Amino acid sequence: MARPSVARRTVMTPILLSALLVAFALVAWAAGSKPFNQTVIDIFLQVIFVVGLYTFVGNSGVISFGHIAFACLGGYVAAWTTIKPMMKGISMPGLPDWLMQLEIPFWGAALAGGAFAAFWALLFGAVLMRLSGIAASIATFAMLAMVNSIYSNWESVTAATSSVVGIPIVRTLWPYLAAAIIAVFAAWAFAISRHGLALRAARDEPTAAAASGVNIPRARLIAFVISGGIMGAGGALYAHSIGLVTPDTFYLGLTFTTLSMLVVGGMGSLSGAVLGVLILSSLIQALRWLEAGVQVGTTTFALPGGVQEIALGAVMILILMFRPAGIMGNSELSGPRRKTKPGQPGHDN
Amino acid sequence: MGSIMQVVFDALSLGSLYALGALGIALIFGVMRLVNFAHGDVIAFCVFALLWPSVDAVAITFAGNLPWFLLIPFVLCVGAGLSVLSEVVVFRRFRHANPATMMIASFALGFVIRYFLLMLYSSRPKSISLLPALSQPVEVFGARIPLLQVITIAVTIGVLIGLTQFLRRTRFGLEMRAAAENFTMARVLGVRANRVIMGAFALSGALAAAVALILGSQTGTANIMMGANVMLMAFIATVIGGMGSLAGAVIAGFLLGAVATVMQVILPPDARAFRDAFVYGAVILVLIFRPQGLLSARGTKERV
Repeated sequence: MARPSVARRTVMTPILLSALLVAFALVAWAAGSKPFNQTVIDIFLQVIFVVGLYTFVGNSGVISFGHIAFACLGGYVAAWTTIKPMMKGISMPGLPDWLMQLEIPFWGAALAGGAFAAFWALLFGAVLMRLSGIAASIATFAMLAMVNSIYSNWESVTAATSSVVGIPIVRTLWPYLAAAIIAVFAAWAFAISRHGLALRAARDEPTAAAASGVNIPRARLIAFVISGGIMGAGGALYAHSIGLVTPDTFYLGLTFTTLSMLVVGGMGSLSGAVLGVLILSSLIQALRWLEAGVQVGTTTFALPGGVQEIALGAVMILILMFRPAGIMGNSELSGPRRKTKPGQPGHDN
Repeated sequence: MGSIMQVVFDALSLGSLYALGALGIALIFGVMRLVNFAHGDVIAFCVFALLWPSVDAVAITFAGNLPWFLLIPFVLCVGAGLSVLSEVVVFRRFRHANPATMMIASFALGFVIRYFLLMLYSSRPKSISLLPALSQPVEVFGARIPLLQVITIAVTIGVLIGLTQFLRRTRFGLEMRAAAENFTMARVLGVRANRVIMGAFALSGALAAAVALILGSQTGTANIMMGANVMLMAFIATVIGGMGSLAGAVIAGFLLGAVATVMQVILPPDARAFRDAFVYGAVILVLIFRPQGLLSARGTKERV
């Protein structure tokens, strides 16, 4: 009997994950409260970032500390292309003329941000993907620091460390939902493509994969470019969700949050990436709420600032201690079909 | 002549800072293959230990007012203590985990330490005057340089010689080198794993404290992010030097200091702000041609 294609067997995963995201969006829409709306937008943006990170880290097994640099590139593309020309002239006088006059809609900026980030991912990746293991991880960290250092100092083009304001704010959550779903499907499509499968083979058995003709640096580079593109688009949308960008928005803090979400969810699993975001976002929200203060009887009980990050770090360390593969391990959410075949290996792609 | 000497001293003192940081990271990497991202936050913690127990903006109430011969051991002990504590509480449970997992765990631990400081002291930088006598200039070979730079360089050289002697001559040093070479084999031959690893963490923490003292007296401020930059350069130095090679880490640290200082001088004024970006770029270039580092340690190469 012919086995169904890989796509047919695994397509339930992105569909289920998208359904989960849609459910979140519907709840937010039904609640109709503004802060809640913003929270759900944040969650969708984190989904884009973490799924982007997963596309590289999950498939290649190389930890990257540098992906937020691509979000930074994308975020500034949004600033360059969507702020009104007059305001750009004041805050970023060094832009070339054609860019100065340009004013495109936000989805155009997201595409441009993704393309710009993917281009730089190609350049950086061509160099970085020759490294492996810890050296590669630290080199990605150097890349993050390099991008941050350039964007924090290039006064005329990025307004240095001061925030660039005037990016049109998009407040409805549907575009973010759509982008998150697209990111999930893109990550899935890559993971089951021949390049994705080759890369996963290289992750699990580098020697055997190389002997079977997998060009490991090239397979990693493809994943790096795709994930860089997703991060860039996410960065542009992030800029549109809050209306301003600074280099430090896209630095260690966001790197830590996205990485911890991926680790908690499970690095080798797309479902893990999405669930990690949903679980940790809920935790962060609860802690923020406690930091803001809760009325208990007549006294207000508030946690001091910083507890949120400390708790996040502690959760991450505990998960790593007791469940190093994350909540989902290497498995994916899928339909009930899989459970009827206990003899199958744990993950089928 | 004077200005050239000035550059040389700048390069040496910046390089010393990076070398001490790199040494702290390489020591731990050598014995347990842990890339310790929490190192920078241990540095910051040591600086803030001077302010403790006051959390006010400018006050130094207790530790910072100690005379120098008490102050320095105090800070070194704080660093070593925190480092050993992190080993006992966190890293001990990761002994059999793969390096990537440990690396992320240390990243998380670094964040916990940093936000613990933030919770106590807030994110605003605080001014501290630590050993103010050291900022007086002295004349060396026709160049007027702060006394602190001379002391930094001297201390680093002293630490390096001391550490080399320690690793070469003492039983503990021998055990540590054996553990770095082949941990399993060393254990089989009777080296106590916990003792060696805790020793490595204590040394690394003390080195972090030394960096903290130098940074604190150089900048005169305490900032919860102050360890991050040194740590990043120190990481890069350990990678360029060949992961786990102590000599490589030190040489690469000085090399980075030299490159950064020279770039500061030769770059056109417009580009000076991007000095660090150029340094990171240079690092990536080095890694293309020597991905295993300049001096690669034995046993760190991925075996098939």
